[in-house]
Amino acid sequence: MDRSQGRTGGIASGASTEAPTFTGNRALQIEEPLIFEMGQPGRTGVDLPEAPKVKDRLNGLRRAGEIGLPGLSEPQVVQHYTRLSQKNYAIDMGVYPLGSCTMKHNPRINEKVARLAGIGDLHPLQPQSTVQGALELIDRLAHWLKTLTGMPAVAMSPAAGAHGEMCGMMAIAAALEAKGERAQRKTVLAPESAHGTNPATAAALGFTVKPIPANEKGRVDLAALKAALGPDVAAIMLTNPNTCGLFESEIVEISKAVHDAGAYFYCDGANFNAIVGKVRPGDLGVDCMHINLHKTFSTPHGGGGPGAGPVVLSAALAPYAPYPWIVKDGETWRVAEDGAAVDGTPLGRLKAFHGQMGMFTRALAYIMSHGADGLKQVAEDAVLSANYVMAALKDTMTPAFDGPCMHEALFDDSFLKDTGVSTLDFAKAMIDEGYHPMTMYFPLVVHGAMLIEPTESQAKEDLDQFIAALKSLAARAKSGTAVEAFKAAPLYSPRRRLDETLAARKPVLRWRPSNNFKEAAE
Amino acid sequence: MRYLPLTDADRRDMLGVIGVKSVDELFRDVPLSARLGAKVAGLPDHLGELEVERAFQAYAAKNVSPSVAPFFIGAGAYRHHVPATVDYMIQRGEFLTSYTPYQPEITQGTLQYLFEFQTQVTLLTGMEVANASMYDGSTGTSEAVLMANRVTRRSKALLSGGLHPQYRRIIETTGHWQGFKAVSGKPDADGLEDLIAAVDKETSCVVVQNPSFFGHVRDFGKLAEACHAAGALLIVVVTEVVSLGLLKPPGEMGADIVVCEGQSIGNGLGFGGPYVGLFATKEKYMRQMPGRLVGETVDADGKRGFVLTLSTREQHIRREKATSNICTNAGLCALAFTVHLTLLGEAGFRRLSELNHGKASQLADKVAALPGVKLLNEGFFNEFTVSLPKAAAPVVEALAAKRILGGVPVSRLLPGDKSVENLLLLAATETATDGGMDALVAGLKEML
Amino acid sequence: MADVKYTEEHEWISIEGDVGTIGISAYAQEQLGDVVFVDVPQAGRKVAKGESVAVVESVKAASDIYAPASGEVVEANAALADTPGEVNTDPTGKGWFFKMKLADKSELDGLMDQAAYEAFVKGLG
Repeated sequence: MDRSQGRTGGIASGASTEAPTFTGNRALQIEEPLIFEMGQPGRTGVDLPEAPKVKDRLNGLRRAGEIGLPGLSEPQVVQHYTRLSQKNYAIDMGVYPLGSCTMKHNPRINEKVARLAGIGDLHPLQPQSTVQGALELIDRLAHWLKTLTGMPAVAMSPAAGAHGEMCGMMAIAAALEAKGERAQRKTVLAPESAHGTNPATAAALGFTVKPIPANEKGRVDLAALKAALGPDVAAIMLTNPNTCGLFESEIVEISKAVHDAGAYFYCDGANFNAIVGKVRPGDLGVDCMHINLHKTFSTPHGGGGPGAGPVVLSAALAPYAPYPWIVKDGETWRVAEDGAAVDGTPLGRLKAFHGQMGMFTRALAYIMSHGADGLKQVAEDAVLSANYVMAALKDTMTPAFDGPCMHEALFDDSFLKDTGVSTLDFAKAMIDEGYHPMTMYFPLVVHGAMLIEPTESQAKEDLDQFIAALKSLAARAKSGTAVEAFKAAPLYSPRRRLDETLAARKPVLRWRPSNNFKEAAE
Repeated sequence: MRYLPLTDADRRDMLGVIGVKSVDELFRDVPLSARLGAKVAGLPDHLGELEVERAFQAYAAKNVSPSVAPFFIGAGAYRHHVPATVDYMIQRGEFLTSYTPYQPEITQGTLQYLFEFQTQVTLLTGMEVANASMYDGSTGTSEAVLMANRVTRRSKALLSGGLHPQYRRIIETTGHWQGFKAVSGKPDADGLEDLIAAVDKETSCVVVQNPSFFGHVRDFGKLAEACHAAGALLIVVVTEVVSLGLLKPPGEMGADIVVCEGQSIGNGLGFGGPYVGLFATKEKYMRQMPGRLVGETVDADGKRGFVLTLSTREQHIRREKATSNICTNAGLCALAFTVHLTLLGEAGFRRLSELNHGKASQLADKVAALPGVKLLNEGFFNEFTVSLPKAAAPVVEALAAKRILGGVPVSRLLPGDKSVENLLLLAATETATDGGMDALVAGLKEML
Repeated sequence: MADVKYTEEHEWISIEGDVGTIGISAYAQEQLGDVVFVDVPQAGRKVAKGESVAVVESVKAASDIYAPASGEVVEANAALADTPGEVNTDPTGKGWFFKMKLADKSELDGLMDQAAYEAFVKGLG
């Protein structure tokens, strides 16, 4: 097996000096080739019966030539992906303080119930009489989401948070269209600290995004907002708690001003974990809000998906909810699909079938496990843990704002000033201490931002060790003697810092049979 | 509460360090009018694991599981056997509970399998580059149209009448709100549609599906030429990715963008999601692609490694100028796809494909032999359309009452269209048995 | 000797006759970091003053390049497709982006000369 394939590159300064092993492996860290470098003709990981002998009915379109897929046996496949798995950090391994991502414990009962026969194996287009339990399940989750948010309606189909944003903003566009105001109201206001999906979504729908400034307390500047509101404004997109981890204390005034100006209030619900069971967004004047089931309700992040992004809607926007949704006729559940006679004027359809059912099942299991009492405790523990981390580190690192935070603690990089160590270096050094770094350089409004979200899932002992590790790193950085070590970090991870410039200048996005990576790297 | 590690003593200590008396003091920025004194009313309290499991078993018991009924439903989602290894692998915590690989030093596992995934997608589709997945085939198709609009700087999409009706509705919805025109062909039940004459200088793309929603298998080489002559792109959609083991790939037909629903490989039916969208294109359009991309590079020791790359296209950097607002994708479903396809390999994948075609062929012959039933397909893969002597929807309901899941009446997806009222879509995969087929045929015979 | 002027967006334009060559300043490339891709306009494209005509990308950032004057693009620097790093190593030489035929040279009157630009950059701290 040729394991020498792949890009060659110069050995950078700060290369590790440890003695090489014969295999290149380092104990549990096994160097692993690509499957395409492992395959042998004649090997397979499945045993399938022979196909029935029938007349070919492919309309003359039979595929000619090899596809090029490698052949591996089952044990090789198991070893390959197990070895790859060991190169990942994960919630199951420890503190994963990635701000705004809510990396909380993912219970395994949720996985089990999502796979039950009669749930995990249902076809979305089975006759509705054969999926009554599935439709009831979706409606039950919808009931929880509506009750927890204090909102009258929910669109279940969006596949993720950004998709939910699109759904919510389309509902706003639909409401404006119904009032004959869509051509006139072309501006969407969003704070500079907004997540990138907010402006991306608004722009895709033809809105012009106008930033609204923050005040010195990290909240929306109400006076500036009022000045920006006018007959041209369609909506405000606001995250609450905001991306600085702070609750918008003037939220009620904000929503009133927005509504008085004839605009709508889109709330980005990415940070719902801070207030679930404690505060209902419906009581704050929100018109629509997406809920990331993969954050607040613990459906696994899975290395970047799948997610689910149901959108709760106010009475003003409910008539525009997209197909499909679940209705109950007497004792029978039914799904309203395209063309069904319904109240309202649905804005259309955003996704095939009925939404991310697998995520619905997991989220509902999580919600039922916690109940109304447990969810309230989740928010309280998440906020308590974040404030504990902030209080314990306030003299070592530099909190960006005064006062209590919500579920995440934001620091700036002024404690690193003149040390030669950057936020990035500090974060990479955390890897060697066995932690996933916090969110860095987001939100953009804070210099060298470090956003720590411990979630409710960590024991106090683990938080204490995490705090002690950050204190130790900060002390090293400030000592002025370890700049080179910080720049070289991480040393002990499966890979050290990767050359992102090379990757972007000469993109190699797939394996090819020849060793053309070497050419590409020249 | 089993998921919450903090004890009351811990909480008291932590409040002390913070310097507040109660946790409610930490919520002081919440306006008084919005603070709930107690837990949210009208919802039950927490349950133990046993009670939760029982509740879901009760939901499951009210459904008819495809594993205990003769099953012939397709229409964009297909029932295949998924090896136990796949489900084990995606439940490893290191994959399941990891985030988007923004820190490549400690997420090489995710990054490498996504690189393998991207390569597999290019091989299956016959295209040059692929991204690290979309939410699913349906949303991916809509993103493909947006991409074609960017590439051509035009804003009119032609949609084939063979495109899945829900995919079509999604593009129409996107077009209405994002400002482009979507022109749809009439439902193409007999597979004879010719779109070449409709392609003009305003057309940004033509969207076709192969095999089509009605199961027809066609070559789009001529259509691709017509598109390119007019400066438009050809988008080919594949909702049954297993067909690519047997059929000429869209890349060889001249497709510019290929979108597949990848559910069939590695991912269960799951009542409609989560699935995984495959998205591939030509190298020259690489920077116009939506979604995440994994690229190869080296680390500080000169060792091969993988990173997310070309991320300046994405929303977190480009914000309102991003190619798409997509952020989360279908990482774990992509892993399921990759592990299953790796187990299959070249030989296994081709055999699986043959097996599907063979089973469907047998079923088509049996069903078409029934009096008054007509097979509409010349060519097909594992799904075909038959015309019944009466409306199909009540027949399917009657079969369901006998616990036979006998296909999809086309009218469910095209309600109100009288021309499709008698049409029934039937699919057979490797999971179909002779006994199941006989039960379906006997059931149909009784009904007609 | 060509006349070189600068915009507040850190673009330079070198004028010879009625043709201007446009690129980004040494200060701008420093701020961006390693340039990985430049999206240059096609020859023949007519552009208006202030219109976004090119995009320069580093690993972590993307910046629009605006036309400093109206006119028609006559040539783009095709070499940048393979060697985007020249924007870093030689920003005012081999790292040029595109040349355009200027419709009205008086549109350039408000731009800064070398000395004024250097003072401007100094003022940015």
